[in-house]
Amino acid sequence: MEFEPVIGMEAHAELATKTKVFCGCSTAFGAAPNTQVCPVCLGLPGALPVLNKTAFEYVIRTAIALNCTITEKTVFDRKNYYYPDLPKNYQISQNYACIGYNGWIEINVNGEKKQVGMDNVHLEEDAGKNLHPETGGAESLVDLNRAGIALMEIVSRPDMHSADDALAYMETLKNLLQYLEVSDCKMQEGRLRFEVNISMRRKGEQKLGARAEIKNLNSMRTALKCIEYEIKRQTDILSNGGKLNQETRLWDEASFCTRAMRSKEQAQDYRYFPDPDLVEVHIMPEWQEKIRRQIPELKDAKLARFIADYGLPEYDADILTSSKPLATYFEQCQKFHNNPKSISNWIMTELLRELKCREMEPDDCPVTPRHLACMIKMIDEKTISGKIGKQVFSEMLTTGKMPDVIVMESGMSQILDEKEISAIVEKIISENQDTVESIRAGRDKAMAFLVGQIMRATRGKANPQLVNQILKDKISIK
Amino acid sequence: MSLKRISPDDVRHVALLSRLRLAEEEIPPYTDVLNSILEYFAKLNELDTSSVSPTSHSIEMRNVFREDIPQPSLPVDKAIANAPEVEDNYFRVPKIIQEM
Amino acid sequence: MDIHTLTLAEAGKQLKQKKITSRQLTQAVLQRLKSVEPQIQAFLSIAEKTAFTQADEADRRIAEGGDISPLTGIPIAIKDNICTADAATTCASRILENFHPPYDATVIAKLRRAGVVFIGKTNMDEFAMGSSTENSGYKITRNPWDRERIPGGSSGGSAAAVAADAAIAALGSDTGGSVRAPASYCGVVGLKPTYGRVSRYGLVAYGSSLDQIGPLTKDVKDSAIMLNALAGHDPQDSTSANVPVPDYTSACGKDIKGLRIGIPKEYFAEGIDPEVEQLVKNAIRQMESLGALPIEISLPHTEYAIPCYYICAMAEASSNLARYGGAHYGYRAKNAGNILEMYSKTRAEGFGTEVKRRIMLGTYVLSAGYYDAWYLKAIKARTLIKRDFELAWEKTDIIAAPVVPAPAFKIGEKSADPLTMYLSDIYTISLNLAGMCGISIPCGFSKKGLPVGLQLIANIFKEETLFTAAYAYEQSAGFFNRKPPL
Ligand SMILES: [Zn+2]
Repeated sequence: MEFEPVIGMEAHAELATKTKVFCGCSTAFGAAPNTQVCPVCLGLPGALPVLNKTAFEYVIRTAIALNCTITEKTVFDRKNYYYPDLPKNYQISQNYACIGYNGWIEINVNGEKKQVGMDNVHLEEDAGKNLHPETGGAESLVDLNRAGIALMEIVSRPDMHSADDALAYMETLKNLLQYLEVSDCKMQEGRLRFEVNISMRRKGEQKLGARAEIKNLNSMRTALKCIEYEIKRQTDILSNGGKLNQETRLWDEASFCTRAMRSKEQAQDYRYFPDPDLVEVHIMPEWQEKIRRQIPELKDAKLARFIADYGLPEYDADILTSSKPLATYFEQCQKFHNNPKSISNWIMTELLRELKCREMEPDDCPVTPRHLACMIKMIDEKTISGKIGKQVFSEMLTTGKMPDVIVMESGMSQILDEKEISAIVEKIISENQDTVESIRAGRDKAMAFLVGQIMRATRGKANPQLVNQILKDKISIK
Repeated sequence: MSLKRISPDDVRHVALLSRLRLAEEEIPPYTDVLNSILEYFAKLNELDTSSVSPTSHSIEMRNVFREDIPQPSLPVDKAIANAPEVEDNYFRVPKIIQEM
Repeated sequence: MDIHTLTLAEAGKQLKQKKITSRQLTQAVLQRLKSVEPQIQAFLSIAEKTAFTQADEADRRIAEGGDISPLTGIPIAIKDNICTADAATTCASRILENFHPPYDATVIAKLRRAGVVFIGKTNMDEFAMGSSTENSGYKITRNPWDRERIPGGSSGGSAAAVAADAAIAALGSDTGGSVRAPASYCGVVGLKPTYGRVSRYGLVAYGSSLDQIGPLTKDVKDSAIMLNALAGHDPQDSTSANVPVPDYTSACGKDIKGLRIGIPKEYFAEGIDPEVEQLVKNAIRQMESLGALPIEISLPHTEYAIPCYYICAMAEASSNLARYGGAHYGYRAKNAGNILEMYSKTRAEGFGTEVKRRIMLGTYVLSAGYYDAWYLKAIKARTLIKRDFELAWEKTDIIAAPVVPAPAFKIGEKSADPLTMYLSDIYTISLNLAGMCGISIPCGFSKKGLPVGLQLIANIFKEETLFTAAYAYEQSAGFFNRKPPL
């Protein structure tokens, strides 16, 4: 019997607002514990929420981009549950009238285009962070800096049927949110998080099996592993005639598997009801239209512009616009130094390789656009060679120093002085008369050996074009 | 509206949802008093509300916002001043076991 | 003359004319407070030291001249569910014992700027849940007119303090009658402004869609002076109305000729004490003699107001009070081995019986499978109750009614059965459900010498009409000269 997975996803994205969703506290990442809190986000008695307009508009913007129907009258509801990272012991969320419903997004799975439906898009507040002492201590510590940060939840329909579908969905969604400039989507900082629902059904049938909901997925790689694991687990059980339970499971990073939460944890009753502290938000058509016009340039438009404005090949433009932060990185480089193709080459090779192996976003890279542009400028001005550039690049990556500083400190700058090069060339010729003779006899290939010797003597700093030119002159081949 | 009396088990369940520890001997009196109150509340059953829209706010208001402009937060010592237990400016709570 | 007996308006005038100083006034009020407090138990905390600092500051401001407010230098008491920065705010609950909010409620900030002298925080039913102040976690406040009796609730401490001249005025909060009912029982003036008229920021929530801060004062004019200072839009409260604030004092003194007074027949049906009925009807007759036009009206859904109100209030309360779990502030039970134990022991030990009852019922009416039958039904009934009033305003300018069915009952008389206690709120809760304003003013005394109040109700943001009618009646009736036997 063949089974097919049915996968739905809930994405939580922290919005890129300066302040929290219901108070004026800063959302800056990495502050000391409990330094970005106020009576409102601490849930102190008597404090009241006031909605951040920008956060609300970001969700409308997303809902529009996800082709949702926008709700005319939205409300906020309270979701009641007890947890120490939730200071009021209820979360302000939306349940009865979300901002957007019934949308869709197109994904590309290994060249095949598919649509994933959106159930709803809504706005809520994030919880704080609990620290569980690794040492197995008896207590937990709570930091409420994150409590109250605007969180957008995007709930997909169960329209995905493989781990590949799910991965494409996650990547496409992340990409879109970044292009919309509503979230920086940094998964390693927890600003984009996914939960997965998986069930299995017999191929060709509609009826779904019991669903497992999996939480605690903090990267796409984890999500992928988890989906693959869960598909296999459920298939194995079903193939052996076993039964599955509807349950919530946690991904256990240490043992690389999912495990069921205890049943008591699943007996949830959130008792949603309209939050009396917040009023209705009516999304009038004019307001919607205004927000639609504010949608920033998306991928396709940017790609076309990169080709037209910078004369880049489509291949390059496609890679550079594969994510908004990368495209921004490119354009910032271009602002510092005008050489689109060279910048593109460096980004597509060195930068992307390093970002990938470090799982880093472009804007977190120690090699900033200013670093890279400055270095390419040095190459274009022949201060350093391209080969030295690679050394400088890796030096920038580890030290964060500017390229001119690195070149100066380590004496890497290119030798462009013809006299200096001539002297070295003459020295090498005199030491390698046999080779010179063989070249004169027509063995052109031996030239490379001599160039290599000269470059070694200058520790790679001699300008290669000059070396070639001078060497040819000296051994007087035409 | 259900006029079914609530049982001692319902009271236990509601007490758990409410995070109120009740001693076993408190269950019967709570069951009785909650039932007598709910019985009275069931008077609302006399009303036909099928075509009535709900009112969750006393005055109709809409679209109240604040601008996304940072305001000063509390100094950390004030933020944690009322905390029963703190450690390194964190709130300290008993172990969060994976059970509710 | 004992200056602690002055009304706010008189005291303000004498301060401005430099006949008295705020220090003298504060001294007199605090002295009175200390002498009557053992009998009435109205206060949970007294802020003597800071009161004198504030009084001296007020005197300095007055001496300098310039813009002083009618409240500069006036000693005022605050219900203990309104946050006062760095001073205990307990809501009369053990769960907030020693809680010192790091911020001022908006109303407190406003009064501070006006130069008010804060003399202390008053007793109340725990988290404002009650109608007698017997549900305080700390003490039972007594009615200054008869110490065997309750002062009403939940703002019982504030009402008793004003009645006993232990404060020139006080702040209370009214979710279902908690300002008006104790005002009636204690013979003072209590105002429940329109929902949204006064900011709720810093008022510890009970039923957020119903709660409203209101003043308790010695007479109607003082109430208007207080509302002038309290009212106005607050960007920190999303439900605060952005509606201009008129000068309410100028509404006092206008005549009421031709003012239509609606008399809801459902408010004079069975259950009302004959003496109360008589006194309220006399008051209406008195207003008629001043030129007002009584009209009988009907508020047909009145009998559903109590279940509707209690379901709404309890549902909201169950969520509002979830935050008291011992994690970040307030009381925490000892020896909790895990987080669930911490929550449920803390709350079991920290809350009183009535609060627990309301939390459980509120949780129940919102829980899976019961939401539609109870909560949704109640908020639909709320629409019907609101509609009753909307229809009434087509016929009348103001509604006259009793405040409570009977004069103050004896301490302990109703505490065995919560339902009988709930029933005493029948005349006050409807207008909270509909968001309207109402005032309670003394309209006479029972044969036992207990005060009885007249309630006047007006449509949203029509506080001026309330003050005009209440002031006209008060001036012609003159009950405000009678003092409790303390
Ligand atoms: Zn905050």
